[in-house]
This record gives sequence, structure tokens and C-alpha cells, in this order.
Amino acid sequence: MSSPDGSPATETDRASAGTAHQPPRIITFSQAVNEALAEEMRRDERVFIIGEDVAEAGTPFKVLAGLVEEFGPERVRDTPISEAGFTGLAVGAAMTGMRPVVDLMFGDFLTLVMDQLVNQAAKTHYMSGGKLKVPMVLRTTLGATRRSAAQHSQSLHAWVSHIPGLKVALPATPEDAKGLMKTAIRDDNPVVILEDKLSFQDKGPVPDGELLIPLGQAVVRREGTDISFIATSSMVFAALEAAEQLEAHGISAEVVDPRTMVPLDVDALVASARKTSRVVIVDEGHQSFGVSAELAAVVADGAFYHLDAPVKRMGAMDVPVPFSPPLEDLTVPTPKRLAALAREMCGAA
Amino acid sequence: MTPPPAASRSTPRKRARKAKPGSDSAKVDAAACLHMYRQMMRIRVFEERANELYLTAKVPGLTHMYAGEEAVAVGVCSALRQDDTITSTHRGHGHCIAKGARLDLMFAELLGKAAGYNRGKGGSMHIADQENGNLGANAIVGGSAGIATGAALSARMRGSTQVSVCFFGEGALGQGLLYEVMNMAQLWKLPVVYVCENNLYNEYTHFEETTAGAILARPRAFGIHTAEVDGQDVTLVNAAASELVERARAGDGPGFLLAHTYRYYGHHVGDIKRDYYRSEDEESRWKRERDPLTIFATWLQERGLASAEELERLEAEVREEADVAVAYGLEAPYPDDGEVSMHVFA
Repeated sequence: MSSPDGSPATETDRASAGTAHQPPRIITFSQAVNEALAEEMRRDERVFIIGEDVAEAGTPFKVLAGLVEEFGPERVRDTPISEAGFTGLAVGAAMTGMRPVVDLMFGDFLTLVMDQLVNQAAKTHYMSGGKLKVPMVLRTTLGATRRSAAQHSQSLHAWVSHIPGLKVALPATPEDAKGLMKTAIRDDNPVVILEDKLSFQDKGPVPDGELLIPLGQAVVRREGTDISFIATSSMVFAALEAAEQLEAHGISAEVVDPRTMVPLDVDALVASARKTSRVVIVDEGHQSFGVSAELAAVVADGAFYHLDAPVKRMGAMDVPVPFSPPLEDLTVPTPKRLAALAREMCGAA
Repeated sequence: MTPPPAASRSTPRKRARKAKPGSDSAKVDAAACLHMYRQMMRIRVFEERANELYLTAKVPGLTHMYAGEEAVAVGVCSALRQDDTITSTHRGHGHCIAKGARLDLMFAELLGKAAGYNRGKGGSMHIADQENGNLGANAIVGGSAGIATGAALSARMRGSTQVSVCFFGEGALGQGLLYEVMNMAQLWKLPVVYVCENNLYNEYTHFEETTAGAILARPRAFGIHTAEVDGQDVTLVNAAASELVERARAGDGPGFLLAHTYRYYGHHVGDIKRDYYRSEDEESRWKRERDPLTIFATWLQERGLASAEELERLEAEVREEADVAVAYGLEAPYPDDGEVSMHVFA
């Protein structure tokens, strides 16, 4: 999914293609998600939200504030604390003409809904020979360092990315949070969207008007020539900060955000790897057997003869997330560690 | 652990009749009754032929036979409209037929052929027939409880008067999902009917070894309206299901139907030696004394709704239909290799 000349789309391209004469509107990640849901619910009365404390509470993160007032409690439906149950309801509703958005409060609760997601939602279209469809979105969280300990801090996007039949999006910016959500709601497949729970108050430019970002289109967040950071979700910002630090050392780092795991924009990742010849995959899932391994394999396979160093991964440590802040901070990739790894790979240590 | 013979174990028929005078007072429609009998016979013959196909290794994998439980699927589905939805189980052929499926497309599916209901990609445990409202059989025990309840929520939100029926065996009573969704169904008065087919065995284990308390105490704890019937008598099943379905359709909330029944075959086709969990005597007593087709044939003849000859003729027609359907399935081609990666995404 590259631009016509074969190079991946960049943010500059998209900005100049848009309303360049107007100053960009700045809103929070949370407002962007809220806007996406509100716009799609206004556009299509089949869209509804179901989950715990989604109505008056607007979720613990207040992302859904105001929606129940506009759309009413039928379409912004508070449920009992029954994650498997309400996800199952969404699957059945999706199979029979509705377009539910499941709100799963924490990504850690994916463990509770895996049968409904993996054995039911993901397989229904295939097992029915294409007769039945499950157009639903499940939005949930990832990301550590919120001091929430091991059962509220996991990044389990690898689990869902492994299952054929599920699409998986990891928006990093408010713009992507809105554009990917709107596209996901219109998609005829189950789509899991994982948002970093620490990003909700982060601000960024989001264009006015209709915003649909295709699933399966990576974006180059920063151009560089010496090394590529392929970074997912909020790790994009860790990578951008590392790139800043590296500039002082004369190293030019490129930052590529795949934005969706499924479908995966393999061409864009490989193009960046071929261009810079060195790659680090930065992802907040546990490093072993995770998304970072798949991305590294894809890049190594597609760019092997262009590489000057083995493809490296930087994921979260393979430990349950500890509560104690100094310990927790050790478990996730940081700009400092990423920059140090990059310097080593570029022979500048 | 072998349970006492069914006749002495429980008398659901008697209990149900006492609670609900049912069949005798039911309005009798000869054509509708004969259709129910035909549907039951189609299930019985389908399963006989499917079993032969498995035992002669013409069908890959395995299957779970519904024979013996025909009155439940037919009694319930005869209370439904074509656009009402059902979800089914790994033991799902009966539900599929009762909801209106064609035998030829079902055999083709069992045989993994492209002409099958799911283009051969689902097989025995996943047949879905959307046109007749069958949202699919499910190989996760209790796994479709959410889907059935969600279909009911969907019907409500779309302003439809459709009702959703969730078929499950008593083994699914061990799954937490069922209780999560029954709670929501009653909270929101959703048009869903949960049909528990108690065929006595969770696979190879008698349900009394796995089920504490009374089954109906569970839905009643949520305030769900319940009924209990002799699942071998289609007239009783139909009367009870009709009441629950019409309540649900009218907006009076979910229902739970407990049907006492029995499966004639093993847990699956390969479960041939069963004496360690149930006796041959028990099996033969159910077949001899509680066979749903025999019970209904007697009922029809006693009321002059059909003669023995008519029922024999009907059976012959069904057997011919099954022969043609089996041949169709056997002759149909397998899917092209290119189909393997089709339908992963819509």
C-alpha cells in the first residue's frame, strides 16, 4: 500500500494533500476516538457501543463522555461485568445486521473474551463459506508504566494478530485513532483496535471533516538514511525521541509506523529497511514470540541483501509487569536504550 | 456409575403432562402434524445415512448423532418463523433440518464438498443456513449462547419481531458464558429462548455427576420464565416452545425450556463401546419405550390424523430423498485449491 511511485506515504505528503491552507485542529487522542464513534453512530444507526461503564461514566478514561446523552442508553449500552458475555452478544448482533463496537476496558481482559473473539468472531465468515459476516470492532488498551501492575498493563496485540480472520490496528496518534476507528467500523470483519492507555490525553493534529485511514497502510513518521525504527503504537514516540537524540551523534534514523498489524504493509517496512540497511523493531509487547518477531522476520526476508546488520528487536521484558515504578520502568523500551542500540548497530558506540 | 434405566429414573413425560395438559387440548392441524412427523423422520434417516457414511470411511473426521432427540428440534423449530434465528451445537444436524435445511446440501457439507452449505469449510459441526435463520452449529460447548442472545438484542434494536433460540445440551450448563448472557437477556427482556436438551450425558459422563442442584433453579435465579417437557413427545415440546416463543416475541422476555431426551448413538460416531457409562439395557429401553417417532406415530393414528400406510409412505419418500441426497453429496466435487484462502476476510 505505497504511493504511486512506490515509496511509502509520508505525513508531509498527506498534509499537503489535505487542507494545507488551514492551521491544523489540535485535539486529544481521547477526543479523536470519541469523534470517530459519534460520527459513525450519526451516519449509521446500526452502530452501537456495548461494554462496562460506557454510558454515563464514559469509561474510566472518559473517552466516551457525552455519547450516551446524544445516542441514548440503547446504543451506548452499559453491561454487567461479563466480558465474554457482552462480546458474545456483539458477535451475534454483528451476524444479524448490527455493527457493534465492544468496549473492553483493559487489554488484559482479552483473556476473558478469547473464545468469543477467536473461535466465534474470527472464524464465522470462513467456516460459513462466506455466508455470515461479523462486522464488529473491539476497542481495548495496551501499554505499561501507568503503575497498574501485572493485570492492567499488558500489551497483548500479538495474541489477536496471530488469528486469521481478525484485523488489528494500533493507532499511535489522535489522527490515526480517529481515522482507523472510522474505517474499522465500516469494515465487514472483526477488527481489534488497541489504544495505549497513556495516550488518551496526548494531543495532536486531526483534520476537520471526514477522515478515513485505510487498514494496511504504514506511515513514515520521520525520514532518515542510516537506520530504521519500525515502531508500533506509542513506541512511535519513543522512536522519534531516540531519533532526535541520534541526530546529535550524526546518525539519521527513520521512523516507520505500520499502524495496523493485520493487514500488514510489508512493502513499506521492507522499503525502509532496504533504504537504511539497519532495522530495529520497537514494540511494547513481550519481546519473545511477539509482534516484534514477526515484523523482524518479514523485514529480514524482504531486505536481506540490503542489510548491514542483523534485524534487532526491542520489546517489553519477558516478565509480568511489576508494580514498583522503578522496576516497571525497566520493562519497557525507552528512547535512551533505543538510541544506544542504534549507535551500536551503526558502529558509533 | 451406570444410571438406573430411564423409565424408573425419571418420568418427565408424566410430570410435564401433569403440569400442562398439553397435547390433548392442543389445537390439532393435520398438515402441520404430518410436517413435523416428516421432519423428525428426515432427521432419523439423515443420521442413519450419515452414520453409515462414517462407518464406511466415506466421510472424513467425525460427527455427533442427533437420533433419539428429534422431537426437541422439530417441536421447537415448528414453533418458529423462517426468519427467527437459531444457534446450534456440535450435535446439530437435527436443528439444521428442523429449521428447514436441505439434506443434499447437508450431506455435501459433511463430505467436505464445495456444494455444501458452507462450501465444505465447516463440516458437520459448523453447518450454517442463513436463509432459514440457522446462524450455525458450534463446536465449543455453550459457545453460541452469546451469539443467540446477541441475535435477540439485534432483533430488538432493528425493531424486528424475530425471536432467537439457543439450543444446547445439558453439558453446556457447566459453561459460565451461559449465565452471563442469561443475566443480560433477562435484564433487557430480550426475545431469546434457551433450549436445554438434557440427553443425560456430558459426553461420557452422566449429568448428575457434573450438575449441582436443580437445572431449572439456574434460569429461575435470573427470573427467567421456564418450562420442562418430555422431550420425546413432539406435541408437548411444541406446545411448551410455542408459549415461550410467543412470550418472547411479545416482549415479555426470555424463556428457558428444559427437554428430557436421549441420544441413541454414542457421543460421536466412534463412541461404540459405551457400557462403561451407560448400559445396553438403558439404551434399548429408551428406544423401545420412549422413541419420539413411535410416540408421535401412535398419537397421529389414535387421532385419525394419519394411517399406518400413510406414515409408511412418508417414510419411504424420506428414504428416497436421503438416497438422492447422499448420492448428490458423494458425486459433488471438492472445492478448488484456491478456496483455501478465500473467506478469511469478508
